[in-house]
Amino acid sequence: MANKILAKDQLGAFVDKLKAGREVFAPALVGDKVVWSPLDSAEGLLLDFSNTDLSPKDFFFPQTECMMRFANDAKAPDGMIMQAEPELKTPRALMNIRPCDAKAMQVLDLIFIQDQMTNDAYWRDKREKTLLIGLACNDPCPTCFCTSVNCGPHHEVGLDLLLVDLGDRFLVKVISQRGAEAAAGLPEAGAAEEVQAAELKAKAEAMITEGVGMDNVNAREVMELYEAPLWDRVQENCLNCGTCTFCCPTCHCFDIQDEVQGTDGRRVRNWDYCMSWLFTMHGTGHNPRGTKKDRVRQRFMHKFKYIPMKRGGEIGCVGCGRCVQLCPVNIDVRRVVNQMNG
Amino acid sequence: MRNTYIPYPVRIKDTRVETEDKQLKSFWLEFMNPADADAFAYTPGQFAELSVSGYGEIPIGIASSPTEGQDLLFTVNKVGVVSNRLHNMKAGDVMGVRGPLGNSYPLKASEGKNIVIVAGGFAVTTLRSTMIWLLDPANRAKYGEITFIYGARTPGMLLYTDEWTSWQQSGQANVNVTIDREAPGWTGLVGFVPSVTEQVAPKPDNAVALICGPPVMIKFTQPVFDKLGWKPEQIVMSLENRMKCGIGICGRCNVGPEYVCKDGPVFTKAQLDKLPREY
Amino acid sequence: MDNQAIAQKIREVAKKLLSEGKVDVVIGYAQGSVPMRDYPYFAYTPEEAENLTWSGFCNSNLANFTIRRPGRMAVVAQGCVTRNLVGLIKENQLKRENLFVIGVASPGMLDRNKVQAAFPGKLITSVQEDGADLVVTGRGFAERLPRKRFMKDNCYTCVQRNPVICDELIGEESEPTHGGDIDKVAAPWEKLAAGERWAEFQETFKDCIRCYACRDACPLCYCHVCFVDESQPQWCGKTQDEADVATFHILRAFHCAGRCTDCGACEAACPQGIKMRRLTSKIEKDIRELYGYRPGMSLEQEPPLVVYRPNDPQDFIK
Repeated sequence: MANKILAKDQLGAFVDKLKAGREVFAPALVGDKVVWSPLDSAEGLLLDFSNTDLSPKDFFFPQTECMMRFANDAKAPDGMIMQAEPELKTPRALMNIRPCDAKAMQVLDLIFIQDQMTNDAYWRDKREKTLLIGLACNDPCPTCFCTSVNCGPHHEVGLDLLLVDLGDRFLVKVISQRGAEAAAGLPEAGAAEEVQAAELKAKAEAMITEGVGMDNVNAREVMELYEAPLWDRVQENCLNCGTCTFCCPTCHCFDIQDEVQGTDGRRVRNWDYCMSWLFTMHGTGHNPRGTKKDRVRQRFMHKFKYIPMKRGGEIGCVGCGRCVQLCPVNIDVRRVVNQMNG
Repeated sequence: MRNTYIPYPVRIKDTRVETEDKQLKSFWLEFMNPADADAFAYTPGQFAELSVSGYGEIPIGIASSPTEGQDLLFTVNKVGVVSNRLHNMKAGDVMGVRGPLGNSYPLKASEGKNIVIVAGGFAVTTLRSTMIWLLDPANRAKYGEITFIYGARTPGMLLYTDEWTSWQQSGQANVNVTIDREAPGWTGLVGFVPSVTEQVAPKPDNAVALICGPPVMIKFTQPVFDKLGWKPEQIVMSLENRMKCGIGICGRCNVGPEYVCKDGPVFTKAQLDKLPREY
Repeated sequence: MDNQAIAQKIREVAKKLLSEGKVDVVIGYAQGSVPMRDYPYFAYTPEEAENLTWSGFCNSNLANFTIRRPGRMAVVAQGCVTRNLVGLIKENQLKRENLFVIGVASPGMLDRNKVQAAFPGKLITSVQEDGADLVVTGRGFAERLPRKRFMKDNCYTCVQRNPVICDELIGEESEPTHGGDIDKVAAPWEKLAAGERWAEFQETFKDCIRCYACRDACPLCYCHVCFVDESQPQWCGKTQDEADVATFHILRAFHCAGRCTDCGACEAACPQGIKMRRLTSKIEKDIRELYGYRPGMSLEQEPPLVVYRPNDPQDFIK
């Protein structure tokens, strides 16, 4: 599929076309923070930003999501029987999603959709109905390390289109069939633009100097990593809060609870975090991960060892750097993984 | 494609308090839609999430055998929010079942072998399913000797007395049921499960052992098997962990890289020896 | 004494304590891998003590790490943190004889969110304290700003900059307060009518993601089972519904009544920049007015909420 060109003065028309039959969202400056917001027109489109504090996983995996409802009345017809929530009505487009976040959604696809039984209807529905238009990073942050975790500032996996900012125009890399349809009508890209984009990509990749080594993490046995002495020190200052888990685009653990109000009942899922003491607590009081060390170790082992083992080498991290920026006690994932790899 | 978070609606057909302390209660459940019953094709060792609308779900091993028909049997310990509510429910009440979940005991792979079953306390539930399945005329001939060792604290804490009595009488299996200490009226074996296992001394040749019980029983039974020459690949166990989704997504039931709800709950000892003790 | 000098002295004291075997660990700060974030560091040997540092961005409350910790420990602590240490001693979570306080007079700690807000959407690569200035460097800019405009909210109304208990003071004691009127912190809330107050409350907590960083950073929150994690009965829902979020914050604030020293660790830890001190400041003011009590000022105090006095105020009991 041929790549296209989108001149910046044509952004308005492009966005309007996207909005036909879709809700469009993009990162926007709200107060002094960059957050995912509904996009009314290309006027408000933010191009000069690093990334949002919270990832866009919320679009596919809302923090609180009602999964099913029931009539809390044994005498009602179909009383006490669960009915699934309706599917998403209006398709959506996420504009200017960073390649790391898009890659993260693709990693989560491998977890949420595995076979007939392990098949998350809610995730699948929203993913199928959402177009992802990425904005390549020409200026990665010092906390980005995507290049060492199967990703990169111009990575295309998981995107339908990737926009590369060339100054007065974008090179539009057409990645999927859906993307091709959204970019139909745009002029084709020329060789000079492709070269310029390739140069920007190389420059951006070279800016990422601090990464993680994974060779030994991959080669070592589970128990060797599990019993390594590094965890005693890594867990020391961890608060066991959910900050890293909640800002992370690949973290996906959740809790399911029932709620009742009068004759309305519902079963909801909420983001949960493996840092919580309650996460693995048995009803009997036995807790398989009863110490802070167990829980801190679990998060890193899950993302950097267990997921690659079970998901064909895909890593449960895309190097977006949010946890590095937001952790209240500066537990730097790069430091930890390099210790695992050491 | 079916939404596998939605439980099949079922009705409680019958309930029975199993133990003298009233902590364990059995529930016979019937599917409200025949199509759901057909879809719920399970094998011994699997579990299901029992859904009580308004309270939540709990993962419970399936105690019935598929050879018994389409109704399902679960025996539930009264521990928390959902099980407490369930214990207060009665025949006719509507609830939900989600499954079948998890993997099964390796019965197909064990055809032609001798089967040794060691169960302690409440863990005997899925082994009831297994024994009934093994002793079913359609299956019995495919297996060699079947040895069943089961212990509880007192006679009043033994589950499924009608069932194991009939197995004893059938002559189709070597049934050894024991209680911890002498009790009036009890004429059966007395002694902890590990010591009874040592007396029965099941041979490892061409055999598979299914062991299910509380950690303390496992701790003392394992050395008995070691002494008798059993290899870790021949010993099969069933784990439990806190669960929510039951289908390998929500992230909480993992033991190292393996999800108890999806890659388990059945694991061989050889597999468990390579995994962290997160259960 | 400037930060470098204080850090140097902290390192000396720490090395001495460790090499003489007086403590098992020195709990202080080390420099973070990102700007404006020094992090709690545990030095077990004189070599490790070399990593200890000090700056206006040392914003965790180290008292949090002393709770039920076995062994003897030294803790780097400024005024409010020492008040929390006193509180923990009185609540039997820490023994005075196991604690060595390396006291520092607070210079007024800095708020990374305020610094970032001065450069919205821009990448900051380093922030250095230089006397009365902050030198902020980033991609494509470098600016000098007045340090006193970027302190944490609670530091402007600080009532206790100097340690209240101290085994070794680094540098000099300073002016006891920052000169702000702590009564004025809760004043904006008091002026509002109930409906307006609720709207302000909703606005304050609308970005909360229930990560519990505030609770986990707080030295007062050390219950074995937090009320949020109880299921029989479930006191607080876990969803993002306004009512659930509100319940968490309101109940937590009340659990801090008579104990909170307004250290601001909660706001410093929050990834969403939520101002939860709006609740605790009002409770702090009520306690001060009803009982004349400021938590953690001395080991001899009797916390009013655990002591019965016949003339306790009771006109709020209707």
